[in-house]
Formats: sequence, C-alpha cells, structure tokens
Amino acid sequence: MFVESEPYIINIGPQHPSTHGGMHVEALMDGEEVVNVTIHLGYVHRSVEKIAESRTYTQFIPYAARLDYMSTNLPAWGYVEAVEKLSGLTVPERAQYIRVVMGELSRIASHMMFVGSLAIDLAATTGLLYCLRDRERIMDMLEMTSGQRLLSSYMRLGGVSHDLPEEFFPAVKSFLTDVPAMLDEYNGLITGNEILQARCNGIGVLTPETALAYGVTGPNLRASGISYDLRRADPYGIYDRFDFNIPVAQKGDCMARLMVRLEEIEQSARIIKQALEQMPEGEILGKVPKVLKPEKGREVYHRTESAKGELGYYLLADGTDKPARLHVRAPSFINLMVLPIISRGSKLQDIITNIATLDPVLGESDR
Amino acid sequence: MENLFINIARTLSDWLLQLGLSHFWTDLVLLVVQWTAIILIITLNVIILVWLERKISGFIQQRLGPNRLGPFGCFQTIADTLKLLTKEDIIPSQTDKLIFKTAPMFFIIVSVLLYAVIPMGKDMVVVDLNVGLFYFISVGSLTTIAILMAGWSSNNKWSLLGAMRSVAQMISYEIPLAFSLLGVVMIAGSLNLSAIVAAQSNIWFIVLQPVAFVTYFIAATAELNRGPFDMPEAEQELTAGAYTEYTGMRWALFFLAEYTNLVAVSALAATLFFGGWQGPLLPSWMWIIIKTYLIMLVFMWMKWTFPRIRMDHLMSLSWKVLVPVSLINILVTGVGIEIFKGMGW
Repeated sequence: MFVESEPYIINIGPQHPSTHGGMHVEALMDGEEVVNVTIHLGYVHRSVEKIAESRTYTQFIPYAARLDYMSTNLPAWGYVEAVEKLSGLTVPERAQYIRVVMGELSRIASHMMFVGSLAIDLAATTGLLYCLRDRERIMDMLEMTSGQRLLSSYMRLGGVSHDLPEEFFPAVKSFLTDVPAMLDEYNGLITGNEILQARCNGIGVLTPETALAYGVTGPNLRASGISYDLRRADPYGIYDRFDFNIPVAQKGDCMARLMVRLEEIEQSARIIKQALEQMPEGEILGKVPKVLKPEKGREVYHRTESAKGELGYYLLADGTDKPARLHVRAPSFINLMVLPIISRGSKLQDIITNIATLDPVLGESDR
Repeated sequence: MENLFINIARTLSDWLLQLGLSHFWTDLVLLVVQWTAIILIITLNVIILVWLERKISGFIQQRLGPNRLGPFGCFQTIADTLKLLTKEDIIPSQTDKLIFKTAPMFFIIVSVLLYAVIPMGKDMVVVDLNVGLFYFISVGSLTTIAILMAGWSSNNKWSLLGAMRSVAQMISYEIPLAFSLLGVVMIAGSLNLSAIVAAQSNIWFIVLQPVAFVTYFIAATAELNRGPFDMPEAEQELTAGAYTEYTGMRWALFFLAEYTNLVAVSALAATLFFGGWQGPLLPSWMWIIIKTYLIMLVFMWMKWTFPRIRMDHLMSLSWKVLVPVSLINILVTGVGIEIFKGMGW
C-alpha cells in the first residue's frame, strides 16, 4: 500500500434529501463502504406524550393523527380504540366498518408513498409521481369524508365524525377496480426495472432472528419470513370478519420489503371491498359522555397494526378528564434501530435504500 | 437556405478584405465571429433545452411542467437564468479559492471546445482537423478534471466523494467509448469527422455498427454524468455531489456546461451513426439539428425513467460488459471489412 487510508465520518442529515424528515445518520465510511452507522433521532420531537397529559381524551385525537402523517387514520384509530377500551365505550356497527374502510385506505396511501419514495431515493423520479397520482385519489376520498386531505382527524371516541357521503362510494369503487392496473404499472416502471432490482436484491438483509430480537414489526417483519399481523394474530375492531391473506416474503432484503408492501395494497383493497359489501345502515357515533372520566388507576395497553407495524398505546387514567400517562409504542422508532445492522459492510448508496425500505415516519419515531 | 451561414461568412470576409485588411487579420476576425456565434448559440440552446427537459419530464410524469411565464412557460428558463445571475455568490471560507473559482470556467471552456470539430452542416466546421474524433474524445475527457477541481477545492466530503466517483467513472467509460468508435473509424478509414460523414452517403453507420452505437450511447451517458449514471451529482445520496458548495451563476455554469456537453455528444452521435448533416430536402444544418435533438430526447427519456445505478455495478458494467463487447465489435468489424474486400466490394 502506497496510500494510507483511514475511515471517515459522513453525516447524512439532519438536512438531507433522503432521510424522510429530520433524521441524522452518522455513517463511518471506508471509501464507499460502510463500516458503521449511528442514528441520531429527536429532530422532530414535539413531546406528544407529555402534551397528552394536559389534554382531555378527546382533544388528543388530532395529535394522534399527526403521529404517522402518511397514514393519518391508523394512529388515530389505534388511539380511540385504546380510550374506548379504557372507559368501556361501545362503537356502532356502521362506524366499525367505516373505520376499517378509512383505515385500509390510509394503509394503501402509506404503502403507495413507500413505493414512490423508494423510487425517488433510487433517483427514479417518475416512479414517485405515478404513486402520488394514485395516492391523490385516496386524499380526495379523505377530503370527501372529513374535509381534510392529509391529516383528517376523522376518528372520534365511539365512532367517526361524519357519515360517508354519497359521492364517496363511486369514488372508492372506481379506485378499487383500478388498483390492479396501478400495481401493474408499478411493476412495470419500478419493480420490473433491472437497475432497481440490482439495487434491492440481497441488499440490507434482515434475518428473522435479528428482526425478532429487535422487536421489528409490520411489513418489515413479514418481509423476513415471519407471518405476524395483528389483524390476524390479535384481531381488534372487526377484522375477524374479513377474508384476507397476510403477504410474507422470505428473503428479508429490500426487494422483499417492497414486494410485501405491494401485495399488502392488494389485500387492503380486498378488505375494503368486503367491508363495503357488509356495511350496515345505522348510527355512526355511539353514546359517549360529554366529559370522559375513567376511574383512577385504570390502565390499558392497546395495539393495532398500523402501516408501519405494531402501534401500541399505553394509557393510565387518574380519575380526571385527562390521562395521567400516555405512552406510544412507535413501530417506526423500533424498526429504524436495525438500520446499523443491515447497513454494515454495504455501500453508501445502500444506506439510502435501507432507510427507504425500513419506511420510518419521523413524526412517529420522534414523537 | 442551404448555404445560409456560409454565405454570411463569405460576405463578411469579402467586406473585411474590401476594407483593406490582410488575409491573416480577416481570418482572425472570422474566427472570433465564429466562436462568438457558437457561444451564443450554445447559451440560447441551453435555455431552450432546459425548458424542453422540464416539459418532457412533465409529460413523462403526467404533470404540466412550467406553464406560467409566456406561452407553454417558455420564458421560465430565462427568468431562472436572471435569478441565478442576481443571486449572491457564496464562496465558503475554507475552500481553495483559486481552484474553486476556476473549476466552472474550466468546465464550460472544455465543453465549448468540443464544438470545434463537429460538422454542423455541409462545409460548416470550425476546424476541419484530420484527427477530429481523437480530439473530441481527448478534450471531452478533460471535463472530469473540472469536476475533480470542484470537488477537491470545495473542502466538503460530499463534494470529494462526488468528484472521486466522477473520476473513477470517467476513466472506466472512456475506454468503451473510444473502442466503440473505432469500428466506425475502421469502416470510414479516417478520423476526420467530415470524412466520416462523407463515408455515410450511401448507408448510415447505425446499420453497419449497431453494437458500437449502443456501447457508445451507454458510455456517453456515463461521460455526460446524466441519469442513470449521474454519480457525481447523485442528489439522493450526495445532496449535490461535486457541486454542493456552489451557488448562483457558478453553479449555473456547471449546469450550462453539462447541457453543452449533452448537445456535443448527441451531435457526435448524429455525425458518426446517423449520417451527420446529410438528408433530403431540408438544408444540411437543419438536418443535424433535428438529428441531435432526437438523440437528446432519448437521453432525457432515459434520465427520467431509470433509477440510478450503484457505483460498483457501474464499474462492473463498464469493465465486464462494455469493454469486452466493444473489443469483440472491433474484431468482427475488422474481419467483416477483410471479407468484403476479398469479395471485391
């Protein structure tokens, strides 16, 4: 060796095009090769859990919806179910079905954003635009139901805020019929591309053992070959009434994580179709006292399958209209922790692919 | 129409001679005029090209593209240029200032020099070099030095990584680029670009040398640092690569130079494989413009469709695929030429 080389540190973020928000990844590099990766989080910390202690149970719903802003209905749904469990509220049948429809639409939106952002992180800008075009139709549907596009705050304790409007049904039906065509397009433009395959196949392999040891959940876990979905493993709401598959991939690499999500879009569409068929007429909001005061000392942990993984809410009541403690088990945060393990020994460009396929939402992981 | 520009030049030189200038001075003035014209055309052309690229990417991505300023947003790039000209020129304190400042100029000068040898029409070539192709390749590879200068002097890790990638990429792709052109040279029997165009009067070399064209096209994309080979810039990984620390007009010069390069490389492709300025009905200079723009459209189409290739894949594509393929192409061409000669072709 004539030239001595030494590892150097490269800071990806906190201001960087591909960190999906304010995240700082400190990469120790040897040339183009990654020696180690350290994640620094907290740039989007808004002390959501502390805010909950000074808000009533109802007032916190919009905050919950802002945890995972890519699939706004899912975290809000998880929160209202946790409160309902805490204070024993009942939810009318129709509201249950509406929640499933809106929740699964949000899941599709989140997964479409995943596919698009993976594409743009690999510099295929057109892929992002195609996904955004289709996601736009979901955003329109959210606007029809709640008047808000991105952060709809549609969930309420004991139900939902508005009934589904008439124009919603043709919109969702035409969307569902178009889903296979959309997936075909993604397969042609994004997954079918040889460069993308070369950059995703065998990159960032997450073994099932590591995944379990780190508590990885959601599509990332299912991409590592473990069929674990709370909608099936611990059904909440009315998920036991629907017939759907849980997509599982074996390899645990970036490609597997992409394929699992693409298949989940299909399965979510199936669930929505069934929910629309079975949806009864009736109330959309159960009987809820004006001021909710769960008795002192009651606690509850409720977990739901959000688009990112197992989203859990721990609530402790102190007899007032505000919770004594709220804790969020954020799947984005826990999933992100495997980034150093799957990135070591790969190339600089693979860190970007790995971040994109772990699909973190920094609003949720930093809280 | 056919000899529009040649007639303009001839009128000018006649007029200068009438003024009593010697032949030496007339030629010198003409050279200055020619270069000014080239630089003006290049700048205007880039303005059109940026607009075109944004429109085309809009079309590919199912959106409108620029549409506010003027019909179809065609004044958008002019407004952007004015904005870039008026922006503050920031030079970070820890940079190597001399190199930092000269890098964009060096880049644009090198890019403009490429135009010297390209025949832009019948009898329309600034310098009719007998080793024109060799000149083009050797000057073209100088652009990597400009990127290395920018990356090194910026004193920024992203810039340095981008510059290093650029050097590695250019060195690897220079070889298949040159080799792929050898087939054309063997058939035409000359390195002079005008002679190569003349040799295509019966049949375009794209028919005789399809493999060479594909290798040239891929290698040229890498040489141009355009997607899917835009390693030195690599927005998603290196923020802006070698250009990270540049602002305002200095950055715009890099931009300008890259588009200038794009036109030059496309014009060379048109010259070598698509019969250059030859074509029916329309004047010759219009034909080369049409052909160049069509090739550039393919470059843009590629950029807006493909993801970026990974650095090590890029290297193995060059050394394991393109170099052997272009070598085999040379062999096949040589054998083919001998066979045809033996048949008395």
